[in-house]
Amino acid sequence: MSLFEPTSADFEPLPRQEKTEQITRPSLSYWQDAWVRLKKNTRAIISLGIIILLALFTLIGPLLWSVNPALQNLNQVSQAPSWAKSAVIIAPYQDWDGIRLEGYTSPNQIASAVPAPTGFAMADTPTTQRVRLIWDQTPGADGYNVYRNNRAPRDFNDLGLPLGSTYGNELSYEDRLSLEPRAYYYSLVPTDGYDEYEVYSQLILTPVLAITPDEAVERGLVTDPSEVNIGDDITIEFHPFGTDYLGRDMLARLMEGARVSLFIGIVAPFLFVLVGIIYGGFAGYFGGQLDGLLMRFAEFVVALPFLLFMILFKIAFGIGPGESGIMPMLLALILLSWPSTARLVRGQVLQIREEGYIEAARLLGAKDHYLILRHIIPNTMGVILVTLTFAVPSAIFTEAFLSFIGMGVAPPTPSWGSMCNEGVKTMLSHPHELIFPAVFISITVLAFNLLGDGLTEALDSKMRSRD
Amino acid sequence: MLAYTLKRLIAGVITVWFIATATFIAMHQVPGDPLMNDKAVSAEIRANLEAKYGLDKPVTEQYFIFLGNMLTGDFGISFTQQNRKVNDIIRDHFPVSATLGLLAIFFAATGGVLWGALTAVYRNRLPDIIIMFLVILGISVPSFVFAALGQLFLVNLNSLAGQSIIPVAGWGTFSHMLMPSMVLGLGTMALLTRLMRSSMLEIVNEDYIKTARAKGLSPTRIFFRHQLRNAILPVITVLGPQIAAITTGGFVVELVFAIPGLGRYFVQAVQQLDYTVIMGTTVFYGAFLVLMVIIVDILYGFIDPRVRLS
Repeated sequence: MSLFEPTSADFEPLPRQEKTEQITRPSLSYWQDAWVRLKKNTRAIISLGIIILLALFTLIGPLLWSVNPALQNLNQVSQAPSWAKSAVIIAPYQDWDGIRLEGYTSPNQIASAVPAPTGFAMADTPTTQRVRLIWDQTPGADGYNVYRNNRAPRDFNDLGLPLGSTYGNELSYEDRLSLEPRAYYYSLVPTDGYDEYEVYSQLILTPVLAITPDEAVERGLVTDPSEVNIGDDITIEFHPFGTDYLGRDMLARLMEGARVSLFIGIVAPFLFVLVGIIYGGFAGYFGGQLDGLLMRFAEFVVALPFLLFMILFKIAFGIGPGESGIMPMLLALILLSWPSTARLVRGQVLQIREEGYIEAARLLGAKDHYLILRHIIPNTMGVILVTLTFAVPSAIFTEAFLSFIGMGVAPPTPSWGSMCNEGVKTMLSHPHELIFPAVFISITVLAFNLLGDGLTEALDSKMRSRD
Repeated sequence: MLAYTLKRLIAGVITVWFIATATFIAMHQVPGDPLMNDKAVSAEIRANLEAKYGLDKPVTEQYFIFLGNMLTGDFGISFTQQNRKVNDIIRDHFPVSATLGLLAIFFAATGGVLWGALTAVYRNRLPDIIIMFLVILGISVPSFVFAALGQLFLVNLNSLAGQSIIPVAGWGTFSHMLMPSMVLGLGTMALLTRLMRSSMLEIVNEDYIKTARAKGLSPTRIFFRHQLRNAILPVITVLGPQIAAITTGGFVVELVFAIPGLGRYFVQAVQQLDYTVIMGTTVFYGAFLVLMVIIVDILYGFIDPRVRLS
């Protein structure tokens, strides 16, 4: 291995190939940079999209889905969500005699056991108007009980709703009890006149959704009964989100409720953050005793019981029946929620006031109002924006909470919170009445929370210097 | 330490006085009064009733009577619940709310610390992602929805078991308290988990952790003795204000689970304009919350020596 022999060429300076200092990335302002960083955050961008969709749902939705949210229809109470459906036009209800045995006599002796009834069938096409059942005589039996279940019965003790009893000579039953177009499990149990024999026959059937011409007129589907013929198919109104306990369309109510919830949720934070900026900025900039006094007052306001003052505003405004009660809620939220923002802004201002660039601006002869508007407020904007995004979910929660305990918007004005309140009462039988408004609240709050997280990261200067 | 405690207590008393005064003024500004009900009351009966409750006196005198009675701990008699003292209402129903709230705080604090520590250990791995998703859900879903879902769950559980394992509503035994307190603590738990996670992650980079690692301490010891103990501090700080949040959330949970707590009586009293009950419970709640925040702050001084020095 030979030793390295340096030549004179090795001591020549290398030609300078690149500039030592180069701007590789475009120069971005604070907000441009924040936007670039926010765009990289998928969750925040999806949340922003959801918020835009919610705004469209609220503003444009009622134009596309022009159902009156206050229209009550007691024929269609608490209906499950359904898409476009059609019904068959049928004749108005006519009495049905059923099947009666002529010259029937009860058995002399009570049989200890009887066979399961045979011939259990429907007399004609079952409709939501009525279901007609017939069966053959069961030897030894002196009566029959009819049951209906929404699901397949597990055993003899699980036959469902007892519809009625017949005598031994009646071999038919007509069911007209709130029928829906869904599968029903009918069971027929023979009796000795009093007690049931432990045998039964089963029949599964699905009634056809049917309305009479008169009902069609009543619901506004046609203007005259003569426009439709018996046996025609007719498209009836549908409710993609179901109906509530008064038969009002849930989708229309959710849109109407979104107006209230989002109005409170967005306008109230805007206003109380504004009050907080002015109050906190004032206290922080002038400092000293005034600052101490202002902040002590803010602490007292925090300690006030929110619920009580909210209700006092409501009563003081004299909210009568038919009025929504949105304004007192807005006022209460603004008057009681500003201190936290004020404290935050004050802290920021105290910090910024001591910065070098403020000193420099002051030395150059900048006046107070110029300093506040040009330097201090823009530099607190990041923190304020984040506060605002997190204030929106808390305002929506407050509205929902107040409406839920019946202290918020007054009926008939819907809000998501008051819809939840109504839905809770029937949540076991009709869960959709609670689920939809609750999901809307949750999605809105979730979107604002994730957007707030994204903004915090995007606007945080500490994070900025890291990459 | 004593001077600090005293200072805080005096500030607390002033806050309570302010709450009492503001409530008193607000109550008397509102149109209508508790004697105004559906039944037509003759002027004489009304005058008698006003004399009985002291409503015939000038407002300033009423205010001083109110303050004087408050100092002796007497909040007067309820207007709407015949012959029931406000003190009795508080004595009967506050323990229920307090038990519920404390149990909820217990669930929230243990859960928050546990999940927060777990997410920090499994940072950016599956357990972290799952727990943080649940946390975001916990923050975003209103408490009444959780309450309703919790009840629905109990109904299904009981019907599946064929007997009542856990009661769906009501109050009395420990099993009654289980679901309401969990529902009540859920929001706070989510918040604390988030806080715990970020404070754990901050502490991992501290010098004393590096020192401990360099000394050759076992990871378990570092985790429990150094990391966890220091990370818990911010959680304790927010516990004071969170007690306030739990009491307000308590109204809803008490309503949904039919629990005879103070929150229900408060809402009811406000609806019926029951002056004495409103003022009594407001002042009581206010004093309780102020006291709780002070206690937490003082405890904090014991736990964190740095606070004591400054």
